[in-house]
Amino acid sequence: MKDYQDGYIKLALPKGRFLSPTSSLLAEIALGFQDYSDKTKQYRLRSARFPGLSAKILQEKDISIQVAVGNYDLGICGLDWIEEFLVKYPAGALVKISSLNYGEGSINVVVSAEAGIANLNELSAGRNDYRIVSEYPNLAEAFALNLRMRRFRIFQVWGAAEAYPPENADLAVLWGKSGTHIATQGLIPLKKLLPVTAFLIANRESLENKDLSQILMCFSSKLIAEPQTSIENGLDISEELKGTRPLWQAKEINLALPDGHQQAPTSQFLKQAGLALQGYSEEVVSRRPSADLDWLGIKVIRPQDMPLQVANSNFDLAITGEDWLLEHLYRFPSSPVKKLFALGFGIVKIVAAVSQEMPVADIDELRSLVQSSKFAPLKVASEYINIADKYLRDNHVNPYKLIPTWGASEAFLPEDADMLIDNVQTGKTLKQHKLRVIDVLFRSSACLIANKDSLASSDKKGKMEFLTKKLRAGLK
Amino acid sequence: MQDLLPEDMLRFRRIEDVFQTCCRNWGYQEVRTPTLEYLYLFTATGTLTPSMLSKVYSFLDWDGWSGERVVLRPDGTIPVARLYIDNLSGQELTRLFYVTNIFAFEGTGKENRERWQCGAEFFGGAKSAPDVEIILLAEEVIRRLGISNVELQLSHAGLVKALLKELKLSPSEEAKMTNRILEGNWQALTKAKSTNPEIDRLIAALLGLKGKSSSFLHNVRASFPKASQDFKSSLEDLINIAALLDNLGCSYKIDIAAIHGFEYYTGICFQFLAAGEKIGGGGRYDNLVPLMNGEDIPACGFALYVDPIMKLLTLGKKKKGEPGILVKGKELTPGIAKTCFTIAESLRDAGYPAELDFTGRKESNYRWVVLVSGKEPCSFMITDYVQGRRLDAASMAEILKVVSEG
Repeated sequence: MKDYQDGYIKLALPKGRFLSPTSSLLAEIALGFQDYSDKTKQYRLRSARFPGLSAKILQEKDISIQVAVGNYDLGICGLDWIEEFLVKYPAGALVKISSLNYGEGSINVVVSAEAGIANLNELSAGRNDYRIVSEYPNLAEAFALNLRMRRFRIFQVWGAAEAYPPENADLAVLWGKSGTHIATQGLIPLKKLLPVTAFLIANRESLENKDLSQILMCFSSKLIAEPQTSIENGLDISEELKGTRPLWQAKEINLALPDGHQQAPTSQFLKQAGLALQGYSEEVVSRRPSADLDWLGIKVIRPQDMPLQVANSNFDLAITGEDWLLEHLYRFPSSPVKKLFALGFGIVKIVAAVSQEMPVADIDELRSLVQSSKFAPLKVASEYINIADKYLRDNHVNPYKLIPTWGASEAFLPEDADMLIDNVQTGKTLKQHKLRVIDVLFRSSACLIANKDSLASSDKKGKMEFLTKKLRAGLK
Repeated sequence: MQDLLPEDMLRFRRIEDVFQTCCRNWGYQEVRTPTLEYLYLFTATGTLTPSMLSKVYSFLDWDGWSGERVVLRPDGTIPVARLYIDNLSGQELTRLFYVTNIFAFEGTGKENRERWQCGAEFFGGAKSAPDVEIILLAEEVIRRLGISNVELQLSHAGLVKALLKELKLSPSEEAKMTNRILEGNWQALTKAKSTNPEIDRLIAALLGLKGKSSSFLHNVRASFPKASQDFKSSLEDLINIAALLDNLGCSYKIDIAAIHGFEYYTGICFQFLAAGEKIGGGGRYDNLVPLMNGEDIPACGFALYVDPIMKLLTLGKKKKGEPGILVKGKELTPGIAKTCFTIAESLRDAGYPAELDFTGRKESNYRWVVLVSGKEPCSFMITDYVQGRRLDAASMAEILKVVSEG
């Protein structure tokens, strides 16, 4: 392969859960990359052994898609994200080569222990309208269709699917380490869909036309027959798995609080406002913290999911970012979600950035460049699909293609995207990756949002006002 | 994605015209349903196969936060059944027809995702005469379109379902088997050995033999006296339909395994084949309306597939120079242009298609060309390309006289 030019073969490697076992595996088969570790700040890696081989570290969700579109010849990611893609696009360009035999847990269809759903037959025979929440909307839909469920709605979430049943969803399709792990979340597995193991995948065209043999040979000692991956596995309900959570009681007002980066400042803010919570400090993380107000129900979910979950009345109030509220409102302009006030923390800028090598200083110059068809269509990576879409339309940039990402859009530039629209705090990361901001779309802070119908409801009005007043008092 | 060009549209309209005329003559009324429907309309019956439903184009509507999704219509019958339940269910008998496009998600981007069909549905008519009515109506449309060597194949969903029941499978196995059969995999049925050799014999006979008259079905009935009651009553139903078709001189082939995709059908299923391609099909679906929360109304219907029929259709060749008239201006002055428009309008008012041309190019695809020179006293020169003559005319009345006398 030494004859091949640099970057002849492109490999996509996972960050997150599979980073460290994948790194060990690659080292073991003499395909190691020096900077492929938890601590790395690099996205691009070079193989010391094969000059023709380059690698990039991507989110697992992005790897199956990026390999399918042909930006990468080979990739390693979890079977869950591969099947999530294949179940919708079975004839697509993604080929599973082999399981790599590491990984943990499985994707399951679960119900709340309190839901009173004992088996799958009840779901297919029932005429109820089932709400299914999942990070895996395609797997969830395939499950519902295979079961011939009469009526169902799928709510795609960025995470924390386990927090939704039973009040906010009837079923969840989610990852669980084991039956016991699922049971500790107060849930019962109804069906195991697939095991989560790492897989080596390839782009069909690369496999058919490109010499990948030297790389594939490195893996040869690790290639094993595919484990049971059929999503038609039998039932996997253990009788002894009973929910451990106390019975849930309906609350008059429901509040959603953010997990992740926003949790610490939100917790601090609530303390300032004098709202005492158990289970929402950094030491103890609960999906259901409790307050000393008996009419207030609280759940901890992803801030990205909040506007939609407030719109559909699962929550009356939520603390999220203005960016995510706007992302929602651009998609659904008549949504019954309203911003009450900004909270002044969690401030980020939403920017448009390009590679420093791209000869443009602002969006107008970029528009001209796209019109001159040097970068047509312009590939734009963003986790804010609707914000990015509107920005490009408003600025008459045409044609363009959106590449949805799950954060860290900077990894896509310059090879897999020409521009990103993402949030930045200091801009340091962008500089590190040789990117230049060409426009600031807006500034975003954490904010309190509410469902308009709840605000107008005579039953809820008083308590909503009480709570918003209390929170407003927390503003400096 | 495909464009329909003028030549395609001639074929399309011909099919549509013949279909509409036949339907109206049989007492059917036209309806049209929206292109966007709710997804649950199609999942609610529990009858469409998962593989068919996985191929719908679905997306979030303006109120996407509710999680409700809309789809591009993937099937013609179910929306019409909804229309009937929502608006017309008070009527005792309802005969409806439609010309519509249906959409199927296509994984490779190479196949066509939009297909057209001409369909008719008969609500409220119980077996067997209405079954024969829709078969004969479909047959008449195909005949009037001049498509030759058409084969009509008959099967019966009730028979297939009764056979499946005899296998005594678990509910989930039965569901899987049904899916396979609906996708056309009949081998699955022969491979599923039952504990009862009588059933194996029955399955082998039904899948292996093909009959051409109701006598075949009488023979089946006589050979399997121990078949279940469900099976016998479905067989009886098929015998009645076949006998009526025999009496009416309509030829057919009974081929239980020929048909697939009969998802919501409960009784007779039929399809038409021409040049090896399926050009239409239909059947009885007595459970669909009740499954959609309508009343217990029996129904049957069919659809003809416009795309394959368009390929088989031979259009009568348009005769050269018939019947168009081309009105040309010698030069493009405002006066001449005005005269051209006026002449063309008068010709159209008199019932002749009249086209305008200001480009000066040679055009011979018309019988008549009227050249407007603007010079008095004979401002018009008429060329007759059929008889190869030239005539001068001084007025509109003279032009009309020449054209009408041919």
